[in-house]
Amino acid sequence: MSMRRQAGVVLANTGLEVKQLYSDRDDRVLFADLCFQLRAGELVQIAGPNGSGKTSLLRILAGLSSRYAGEVLWQGKSLLKHRHEYLQELLYIGHGAGIKAVLSPLENLRWSCALRGLNNNDDQILSALAKVGLSGFEEQACHSLSAGQQRRVNLARLFCIPASLWILDEPFTAIDQRGVTEIERWLSEFVSEGGAVLLTTHHRLSFAQDFKVVTLGEVAHV
Amino acid sequence: MLGIGSKFLKENSALSISSTFHKWGSPRWFYQFSARLMPWLAGLSLLLLVGGAVWGLAFVPPDYKQGNSFRIIYIHVPASAVAMGAYMTMAIAGAIHLIWRMKLAAMVMKAIAPIGASLTFLALLTGAVWGKPTWGTWWVWDARITSVLILFFLYLGIIALHQAFENRDAAAKACAVLAIVGAVNIPIIYWSVEWWYSLHQPASISFTGQSTIHPTMLRPLMATLSGMYLFFGWLLLLFVRVEILDRERNTRWVQDLICGESR
Amino acid sequence: MSESGLAHLVVAVLRRDVMASLRRGSEWSNPLVFFVMVCALFPLGIGPQPDRLAELAPGILWVVALLASLLATDSLFRGDFDDATLEQMLLSHQSLYPQVLAKTLAHWLMTGLPLSILSPVLGVLLQLPATGMLALMVSLLLGTTVLSFIGAIGAALTVGLRKGGLLLSLIVLPLYIPVLIFGSSAVKSAVAGGEYFPQLAMLGVFYLVAIALSPLAICGALRISVDQ
Repeated sequence: MSMRRQAGVVLANTGLEVKQLYSDRDDRVLFADLCFQLRAGELVQIAGPNGSGKTSLLRILAGLSSRYAGEVLWQGKSLLKHRHEYLQELLYIGHGAGIKAVLSPLENLRWSCALRGLNNNDDQILSALAKVGLSGFEEQACHSLSAGQQRRVNLARLFCIPASLWILDEPFTAIDQRGVTEIERWLSEFVSEGGAVLLTTHHRLSFAQDFKVVTLGEVAHV
Repeated sequence: MLGIGSKFLKENSALSISSTFHKWGSPRWFYQFSARLMPWLAGLSLLLLVGGAVWGLAFVPPDYKQGNSFRIIYIHVPASAVAMGAYMTMAIAGAIHLIWRMKLAAMVMKAIAPIGASLTFLALLTGAVWGKPTWGTWWVWDARITSVLILFFLYLGIIALHQAFENRDAAAKACAVLAIVGAVNIPIIYWSVEWWYSLHQPASISFTGQSTIHPTMLRPLMATLSGMYLFFGWLLLLFVRVEILDRERNTRWVQDLICGESR
Repeated sequence: MSESGLAHLVVAVLRRDVMASLRRGSEWSNPLVFFVMVCALFPLGIGPQPDRLAELAPGILWVVALLASLLATDSLFRGDFDDATLEQMLLSHQSLYPQVLAKTLAHWLMTGLPLSILSPVLGVLLQLPATGMLALMVSLLLGTTVLSFIGAIGAALTVGLRKGGLLLSLIVLPLYIPVLIFGSSAVKSAVAGGEYFPQLAMLGVFYLVAIALSPLAICGALRISVDQ
């Protein structure tokens, strides 16, 4: 039973809209009057120095943080009121491990899939693990894997959980040079299929399509 | 990390935030409104507390069993009753804060915790002082005293939780959840302690039972009780007003207020 | 959500948590060792007279079991918070309530259940009369579940704080009191040869109320803790 949705069909036009977003931390303004839009088939990179609020922004857009003023719209509807529909479309990979170290990659992904209502999809999980280059490591406890491999386990969620919006916080951390190129290719494929990607990275993206860069730490208006 | 524009933005965004978040219960309005209420509350509570205490201490005849020592109820009972009511108020304020995101409710909640804890402490202290002549010991595991002690613990938990958070909003929300959980549990705790006490009650002590209070003793008690409620209200307003000034210290109206006073 | 989907979700969360806890070992064994050690301290502190110990045993066993359960509770959400898998739970489009329910039950399976099963052995050490054993076990089975659910609220509230442990006990211990009262009373009644079903029934009521209501508070608390 293939659950993988054709992403482009779902994400019609307006996508994710950020309007006059403001957030602060300990009386320090992170960003104010931030506006940008992310449509289907687009990639937006959030750039900015350390402490400029990149992670805070992603957490707000993922619905994990409510410390903001302004509006976030998904397909023209407020995120606060249509959280359920939004979460069905969203895949967020934060900078945390995202996996239990004592469990194997397979067990971790089974759990992640079950949270998204996907059960008995070992085939998909195994092919996702193969895609991120972890064939042969499926049953090994994650703590015995290297940092880069653990990151790959977390990234394997991209290929076993259907979504039309990926929000990725520093996806290239601990990934080797060849892996970075691979991930860039996956992102490109996803975007050309009609998916939308929002990511932060300090890495210089080499990306086939055009993409927007929103820079925090200065007045951002894209 | 922000350029020169940040100063300008901060003022702008403070405006937009206040318009979105302070829809319900504007702190400024509350500050000005409560200023008119304060003297009334202070005067009435002082009148009732002092009047009730003098009445109870000097004009009510001594109890035939306990002599003069019973007179401490004029402090003890109001303190424990108001402390109990304060916890419920705190839980309701917490619920309002969680449901409607009303900032004023968070301030009320934060203000109540130390007041309530002090009142429970006063109730425990007066209970102990009362216990010495009555039972011959400072502390007895009596049902009511035990319940007040647990209420004191609940208050301490709220205060400790509030202090542990660095972020003010998270602290308020977490304490709201805990206060609501506590309020749901209080009837269960009180009833359990009551039941526990009835199992272990030694025959010799049957003192806190609903012995009939003579009306002459009751009237001053009513006076100090309502005085205590008003005093609590006054203290609460005072604490909330301080909190408002602290939170809004960067706004124009507070700065005008301070400058106007110092001039 | 369909019923089978719900069952799948609950089973997946239960299985994952139990598996992780079993692999780590210390998570379920430490509270047990604590239970045994602290119970062993009491005869050393009070004195070895069997009749005196027997009289105090119900209270001691219940208080120590309560503390063991409390100490175990701190880790309930901490691991998931640290490795950011908690975020995945919050970002699932499926309801958080069954996930939290399953997690807390898994936690009880790894702490409260072994504690209750081991309790008669400690009852023997503390000279608890044989008539009290069944009441001890059943009251602990019911009571530790309630403790887990109440403790989970505190754990969820403090999971984002660096020094959660002691704070957790401060906010949770007052809420434990009714369970302690009825639990130890059931054992005492049983030892005295009296009726102890009413106390167990009361614990049963607490059990149902805790399972039904506390996940609501836990879900809210988790959202607050992640949103800092």
